[in-house]
Amino acid sequence: MQLNKPATSGTMDSCDISIRIENNTGTENEVFLSSIVEKQYGKQIVALIHEVLKKHQIKGVTVNAVDRGALDCTIKARLESAIYRGLGKEHALDWSVIDHE
Amino acid sequence: MSRLRRTMLYVPGSKPGMLADVAIYGADAIMFDLEDAISLKEKDTARMLVYNAVKTVDYGNTELVCRINGLDSPYGERDIEAMVAAGIHVIRLPKTETAQDLHDVEALIEKYEKKYDRKIGSVRMMAAIESALGIINAYEIATASKRLIGIAIGAEDYVTNLKTKRSPSGVEILYARSQLLNAARAAGIAALDTVFSDINDMEGFENEVKLIKQLGFDGKSVINPKQIPVVHAVYKPTDAEVAHAKAVVAAIEEAEAKGYGVISLKGKMVDKPIVERAERILELSKLSE
Repeated sequence: MQLNKPATSGTMDSCDISIRIENNTGTENEVFLSSIVEKQYGKQIVALIHEVLKKHQIKGVTVNAVDRGALDCTIKARLESAIYRGLGKEHALDWSVIDHE
Repeated sequence: MSRLRRTMLYVPGSKPGMLADVAIYGADAIMFDLEDAISLKEKDTARMLVYNAVKTVDYGNTELVCRINGLDSPYGERDIEAMVAAGIHVIRLPKTETAQDLHDVEALIEKYEKKYDRKIGSVRMMAAIESALGIINAYEIATASKRLIGIAIGAEDYVTNLKTKRSPSGVEILYARSQLLNAARAAGIAALDTVFSDINDMEGFENEVKLIKQLGFDGKSVINPKQIPVVHAVYKPTDAEVAHAKAVVAAIEEAEAKGYGVISLKGKMVDKPIVERAERILELSKLSE
């Protein structure tokens, strides 16, 4: 599933992450990360972003993320907000899909 | 034993750093704000952040409250659904004016408790009263639902409604505070005071805390962590109060063993209300440790 439109969420504040997500021309997801903790957690953050995209059955998108030391739950929240904005469903969600279990 | 509600710390739902760190300040309750602190274009992202924080962050025994948007907005029901799914403890309804406002919120809470397999009745409610009509209806509001843990006064909107503004003495909200407090006590629920907005006026803040404690409030909403220790210090019983309370309880236990209803302690009559006050001081002292 691809998006209906490009979308953004998050800020450049400390402990936050700024996400931009848009469709690309392929069928694979691409993630470009810039993070203040990239050396230690870069791979983990990219893996989390891929995991969330997969969970929401999103394919063929490019994610540009600028991380300012966000916790995993913040990264997940910001990415999911961007996905739902891209799908035009930001205020009509089924929270059981977003669950952590 | 009842829960302490001396401090309820506001946290904007749009600030990830604050959502993660807020538990360290020791407030009795944390109130995630999805209403006035959040711009219209960020309602969805704040809701998502608070949902993920409540599901993930360990807030210990702190009571977790969410101030939702009103049901007259497009966001109120969405907030309720997300917070019930997340497992929030208390949903705080802003600008409550009638019992019907609470009935409407309660119906939606129950709908989503069923949808997300939460125990029916597990999500509690709080009502903020912020208008003249709400104050007039305070008792009707306080008794509108078994889910209600307390009612709170929101003074900024209230004084605007009265066509005045807040003053250091608080004389303009004395009637509202008293009415709200009486309604809460008659209903057997908590009474919570409004915020003190000037975070640099700590002397004025402490004076206001002393005033609302003397009136009988359980506690106060706070907007900055530095206000928390001031409230807790004012509410902490003194050593002398605790010693006196212990003496009262010991004396009444001894009197009951002997079959007396009323006794004298150091020349003063001790009867039921004095014993109740002593027991409250001991409870507050124990919970404050």
